[in-house]
Amino acid sequence: MSDVNVDKADASQGQPAPGEGEETAVVDQQVASFAELAEQGHTATQLDVTAPPVLEVENLKMYFPVKSSGVVRRTIGHVQAVDGISFQVPKGGSLGLVGESGCGKSTTGRLITRLYNPTAGTMRFGEHDLAQLSNRQMKPLRKHVQMIFQDPYTSLNPRHTVGAIVGAPLAIHKVVPKKEILPKVQELLRVVGLNPEHYNRYPNEFSGGQRQRIGIARALTLNPQLLVADEPVSALDVSIQAQVINLLQDLQKEFGIAFLFIAHDLAVVRHFCPEVAVMYLGKIVEIADRESLYGHAHHPYTQALLSAVPDVKQAAIGGRRERIRLEGDVPSPINPPSGCRFRTRCSLAQEICAKVEPPLLQIGPRHKVACHFAGELGNHPNTPVTANLLGVDNQGSPAGGATPTQVPVGPGYEDEWYDVKAQKMVRA
Amino acid sequence: MTDERRDEKREVADTSGDDAFLVVDDLTVRFPTEDGLLTAVSGLSYEVRMGETLGIVGESGSGKSVSSLAVLGLHDAKSSRISGSIRVGGTEVIGLSESRMRKLRGNAVSMIFQDALAALHPFYKIGGQLAEAYQVHHPNATKRDARRKAIEMLDRVGIPQPDRRVDDFPHQFSGGMRQRAMIAMGLINDPSLLIADEPTTALDVTVQAQILDLLQDLQREFNSAVIIITHDLGVIAEMADDVLVMYAGRAVEYGPCKEILTHPEMPYTWGLLSSVPEVGADTDARLIPIPGNPPSLLSPPPGCSFHPRCAHMDKVPGNLCSTELPELTPGSRGSGHLKRCHLADPDRVFEAEVLPEIAPELVEEN
Repeated sequence: MSDVNVDKADASQGQPAPGEGEETAVVDQQVASFAELAEQGHTATQLDVTAPPVLEVENLKMYFPVKSSGVVRRTIGHVQAVDGISFQVPKGGSLGLVGESGCGKSTTGRLITRLYNPTAGTMRFGEHDLAQLSNRQMKPLRKHVQMIFQDPYTSLNPRHTVGAIVGAPLAIHKVVPKKEILPKVQELLRVVGLNPEHYNRYPNEFSGGQRQRIGIARALTLNPQLLVADEPVSALDVSIQAQVINLLQDLQKEFGIAFLFIAHDLAVVRHFCPEVAVMYLGKIVEIADRESLYGHAHHPYTQALLSAVPDVKQAAIGGRRERIRLEGDVPSPINPPSGCRFRTRCSLAQEICAKVEPPLLQIGPRHKVACHFAGELGNHPNTPVTANLLGVDNQGSPAGGATPTQVPVGPGYEDEWYDVKAQKMVRA
Repeated sequence: MTDERRDEKREVADTSGDDAFLVVDDLTVRFPTEDGLLTAVSGLSYEVRMGETLGIVGESGSGKSVSSLAVLGLHDAKSSRISGSIRVGGTEVIGLSESRMRKLRGNAVSMIFQDALAALHPFYKIGGQLAEAYQVHHPNATKRDARRKAIEMLDRVGIPQPDRRVDDFPHQFSGGMRQRAMIAMGLINDPSLLIADEPTTALDVTVQAQILDLLQDLQREFNSAVIIITHDLGVIAEMADDVLVMYAGRAVEYGPCKEILTHPEMPYTWGLLSSVPEVGADTDARLIPIPGNPPSLLSPPPGCSFHPRCAHMDKVPGNLCSTELPELTPGSRGSGHLKRCHLADPDRVFEAEVLPEIAPELVEEN
């Protein structure tokens, strides 16, 4: 573990490696030259297509009841926070989950760590279905699925020392004998780039970036196979964000941890995740590998999201991209629009969108999209591409004689997909 | 602060015209604390002309908010020590009496705060809060006038059904709508200068795009001067005409937006550019963080305050960086582009070393 490429990020807080204690006395810690620093920086994570899935989520639903006021609190509706999503997280890889606030991305993360009990669906992890397990059956599995939280200020108990926080999982799961907890904690602190001598300090003595490192150390304690990172960098300063992202990339490489990376920052997700799913109002509207999603987005919502991200280099060179303005706000998940949920804000919406919900259709080797008018920006077809498949006419009414084709709805990708331009099934 | 340095800044200010609406000159803000005197802002000078946007970038604790609160006279005289000069439309703000300041605040200068939920009073209706802001500066206006004005402003910032929403409470608005209501409140008295402190940080990208578009439209319409404070270089790139990069209470780079983003001359600005991934960047681009943490303002490092985190110190002879504070001087690219750095040829270092790592695709183009 000691050869992990710990960046010298917190050098100002004292050199972590033992035996170099005398260096901590030196105030003017020499920063690595730029070339060395650049060497430690990572390029975007690459996709490993051969990796088997570590987690397979299928048709996952989470409905929160809405209660009436008064003495008898009847259930008067449901917030459909997550409504039938399917995806895979490859072993040692990362899947990004993006979307606006309220789209259900954090709920998904909390379902996978079983902080909520799902309403329906399966979450296959190894030979277990996380959705079916009782809390008692879940406990041994919690070792393998851990979480990093967004806010490093509220996710650490202010009255516990760092040693107690990071060591708690070891004590709870009785992984190591009590007296070996401290050395293990110190090793973990070193791995995340903190000074292991600081185990008896309290969270308030650390800066935001360092606290997030403590949160990461806690998540790593039990050697998880899957880490759910819920907005791990959005509460941090820009210069610290890059430190934490690089650290997570180091850890992923070193320990082969799979990440479900939840964030609203599309650029960070693009850097960290070779595969990305875009959520809108509880549904996945597009899921694809990085190149397909960022280069050839087919869903109008993804295109609008991408066009809304301010781009430094574009603006610096002079060209400002044309923004797609999304009018209004996200509709209420208690009473979502019929058919396609995005249709109320979509410029392409037609009659069919209100009548028939578009299936999440595979349109490329690693690209699925849920839109009747899927196409690249500016090249959306005029007639619904899904009409023939669903056995409906262009207005979405059932067409006489046409039989709906079964669209595969599994979490993975098939070898055969529907080519939207040619409007027929093609094979790899 | 030496006299030559002051003269130098005057010169810079003079060359760029006299019609600036806001002139901040050698502003220093100190707060006495139990641990000693904290220098939040030191020797800061900038100016904003009508119809122009100044972007201020920096991390938390770099003094960007403190300096703009000083422009509004929002620092308590008892707990802060402010020196230097801030002239708003020719009026010196520092030392101005509270009653005269109150006439200026919200009228000539107003502010949009970051957290709209915290900045709006939860107990009063949106319309009432807007109307109050109007009536304070229009004592002759009737309640009905003020309400009409509030509805007009809500309509102007794009809130649907403003005549109904005016009677809503802040919690009934979504995040984006609250921010719009804040902007409406900021603009209700047609201020000449609008300070937006992280106006979009808590918002989703799509809402952020709406708010930025709105700010630009309104600026065009009212020809107001705008200061936008943010840590997001993308927002700066889209909004600002001039950029001021702040670090540890000082300006470290100042110049036209395009200049700063394409030919930055200060390693901290390079660090900011290299530590943010971009949505359109090459996937071979590396993410290079700035090592370490921002310094304590109670005991800032000697010399250049960025030197403990600077990766380019080895290119400066001797230990100049850790002993002597570099002046804010024009770089090699003309007098409009100021930088505070000892590096002799920053442009060459940037193009030879930094750019290939953070934007390989730009190097090939050249």
